[in-house]
Amino acid sequence: MSVALPLPRQPGASLWRRRRDALPGFGLALGITLTWLSLIVLVPLSALVLRPWELGVTGILQVLSDPRVLAALRLSFGSALLAALVNLPLGLLVAWVLVRLRFPGRRVLDAMVDLPFALPTAVAGLALTALFAPNGWLGAPLKAVGVQVAYTPLGVFVAMMFVGLPFTVRTVEPVLRDLGTEAEEAAATLGASRAQALLRVVLPALAPALLTGFGLAFARSVGEYGSVIFIAGNRPLVSEIAPLVIVQRLEGFDYAGAAVIGLAMLLLAFVVLFAVGLLQAWLRPERRA
Amino acid sequence: MAAFLPRRALLGAAALAAVPAGAQSLPTLLNVSYDPTRELYRAFNAAFAAHWAKENGGQRIRVNSSHGGSGSQARAVIDGQQADVVTLALAYDVEAIAERGLIDKGWMGRLPHNSAPYTSTIVFLTRKGNPKGLRDWGDLAKEGVGVVTPNPKTSGGARWNYLAAWAWAQRQPGGSDAAAEELLGRILRNVTVLDTGARGSTTSFVQRGQGDVLLAWENEAHLALKEFGAGQFDIVLPSLSILAEPSVTVVDRNVDRRGTRAVAEAYLRHLYSPEGQALAAQHFYRPRDAGVLAAAGGVFPPLNMVTIDEAFGGWAEAQKAHFADGGSFDRIYRPSR
Amino acid sequence: MISSPATRDRPLTRWTAVILAVLLLTVFLALPLAAVFTEALRRGWETALAAYADPDAQSAIMLTLLVAAIAVPVNTLGGIAAAWCVAKYEFPGKRLLVALIELPFSVSPVISGMVFVLVFGAQGWLGPWLQERGVQIIFALPGLVLATVFVTFPFVARTLIPLMQEQGRTEEEAAATLGASGWQSFRLVTLPNVKWALLTGVLLCNARAMGEFGAVSVVSGHIRGETNTMPLYIEILYNEYQFAAAFAVAALLALLALVTLFAKTLLERFSGRRREIA
Repeated sequence: MSVALPLPRQPGASLWRRRRDALPGFGLALGITLTWLSLIVLVPLSALVLRPWELGVTGILQVLSDPRVLAALRLSFGSALLAALVNLPLGLLVAWVLVRLRFPGRRVLDAMVDLPFALPTAVAGLALTALFAPNGWLGAPLKAVGVQVAYTPLGVFVAMMFVGLPFTVRTVEPVLRDLGTEAEEAAATLGASRAQALLRVVLPALAPALLTGFGLAFARSVGEYGSVIFIAGNRPLVSEIAPLVIVQRLEGFDYAGAAVIGLAMLLLAFVVLFAVGLLQAWLRPERRA
Repeated sequence: MAAFLPRRALLGAAALAAVPAGAQSLPTLLNVSYDPTRELYRAFNAAFAAHWAKENGGQRIRVNSSHGGSGSQARAVIDGQQADVVTLALAYDVEAIAERGLIDKGWMGRLPHNSAPYTSTIVFLTRKGNPKGLRDWGDLAKEGVGVVTPNPKTSGGARWNYLAAWAWAQRQPGGSDAAAEELLGRILRNVTVLDTGARGSTTSFVQRGQGDVLLAWENEAHLALKEFGAGQFDIVLPSLSILAEPSVTVVDRNVDRRGTRAVAEAYLRHLYSPEGQALAAQHFYRPRDAGVLAAAGGVFPPLNMVTIDEAFGGWAEAQKAHFADGGSFDRIYRPSR
Repeated sequence: MISSPATRDRPLTRWTAVILAVLLLTVFLALPLAAVFTEALRRGWETALAAYADPDAQSAIMLTLLVAAIAVPVNTLGGIAAAWCVAKYEFPGKRLLVALIELPFSVSPVISGMVFVLVFGAQGWLGPWLQERGVQIIFALPGLVLATVFVTFPFVARTLIPLMQEQGRTEEEAAATLGASGWQSFRLVTLPNVKWALLTGVLLCNARAMGEFGAVSVVSGHIRGETNTMPLYIEILYNEYQFAAAFAVAALLALLALVTLFAKTLLERFSGRRREIA
């Protein structure tokens, strides 16, 4: 349900070791973990889940049927899905280049991939806006060919691609590295063409990791605020993202309305991630066959 | 031992977290204000700190200010923002705080000129040369005109915009409330961006190139000219606008608890001093002081203005008729596209 | 390592791939960064330095450091405890626990801030109770810290769990057999094994804590010099048309990101965790 990276199951640890464990500290560690989790995450999130109901079902439906809310949700989820999708081939390309090829400057490239992750989102937003504004380094040439990125839905998409890219690269990279080249070599020995080997051998092996990367990139970008807000232009019904609608409701002190939209976003995101998880599960047995 | 360390670390963090922000030794004053006053109060806060030090044997103080849509800011104070003084876009927002008991009734009479040390009005800011030929409120309703204004639900400036247009429509030949509502409906359909505060709208219009006309505070329009060069925009004065009286007052409950009443009152009084008035004029607010106003010369051309009391019977009435849930704004707001 | 001709692509293909990747990362990652520094220095060094000397900027920097100094240790402690439970023990609900720990990652920053407003705001669950006692959470430091802790919640746990699972529990069990207390075996066995990963996690957590915008934007009262962290201060400067100053402060944060990346690369080389195949 969540975006958990598939954690390898602990070998041979299936039996329960609750009583008289050789390792002390379980109680303390679990106590700290649960306190930490409850205070910071569970209790506040339960407010998000419970708050909307004070409006009643009709009130909730009224908030959700506001054309502005609908348009914002459509934009946020549409762009995030599209950006995560576009990031798949791009992330695969970068991961491939980093793992398989040797060239000068590879280490710099490798470090650079994490930049969107380390760069504060507001800084990223300002930077992308400066770059893609009609008078920016990329905005000016793009304007000459009639494309405007900044202050349009396209800008939202670009910012979401930016924040999502490291996740596709970093989830595909280790799998690609572990995969090695043996399987491809075997395929080649058996007479498969290069394209066939890639399509039939490499891609299926990478598919689960690609899906995980897709899920992470999507989860990261769908709710993104800082990097999107500067470049989006924030025009209602056109380039206004759902988190901004939430902020505006909060500024108007409509807490319950804001919570409705927040809860809707959370549930929709889980539906998408759940679908990704199902797809992953469906792919796995096929790969073994 | 093992058990103590984490717990102690947690306690330490908790203790740190419990210290209220800004609990520094320097006495501080918080002015919760509205959006376009950023530059004014930045200058005025420094001027007042110097003035206070001179009057009080060198005692140093620090004045902070917070800015946003006037309505949002009022709600923040109601919601627990520890404001010593509020300097908001309109009396109604101050009244909303007073209704919650945070400010004494009758606050408006505590300072001269209805507790509004400076005034402003609403003007149009258009692209250079006014290519769409927008001269008056009626022109804003024309097909194909992109209008930028903040949201009246959260922004005080936007409420003045709205009421100015309404007052104009009522005073046209054959004007009536119905005609005004019809005009506002057509103008609102031309709105391309509806930001929460006046500054957001200015940014959208000036930097993001949205729309053909910005309905702006006079001071905000002048500031945009100053910041981005007079060559890019024109200020257009409509035939009729509204006299905006931004209100200032001390938040009684907060100053009494924090013991800052004396400083807070001095702060607001200083707005009426020659220095305060000159700073207001410098930042394009119309000063109350006739001498300062005259010295500003042609910056503030005379303009035909209605007041909220004569045109709408005061803020309480205007708010109920137009901006409360189910008011005229809710009835007619249909977002474009 | 790149050996067999069967898996070797033609030089043309390989170089096209490299050039495409470099181009993509340059346009997408390096150019925005360059734009920040260019804009920051557009009006000269003096303007940029003056922007840092502003007392409001300094208090924003101090506040950002303070918030990170509280949030990062809290999440480090929680992350270590969580990783210890998850990696070393089997218990019912473990998968749920992992999922819950990762949950904040998929929550919009805005929602992360909002949940605390819902709990502690004047209209929230505890708001009236807190207001009576004069305790301020929202619009003050505690709110900023809580929102930051929420947003950076999973980072340390995420980096530790896979590694600690991989390492299993044999070493700790051996230590216990030799009579080590739980704390001793943690300090002498577990910690040295995971120290580099832990540092990486702390580093990422810190980078995110200092750079967080959406969540703190919701809980901060935007009071200059009091509740403005650096990212919020950048937004204010930007709204006040002080572009050079806004970008100067942004450049400072970007520099922090670069230092983080550099340190992370170094750490990974120390730990040898990402084996190089060449």
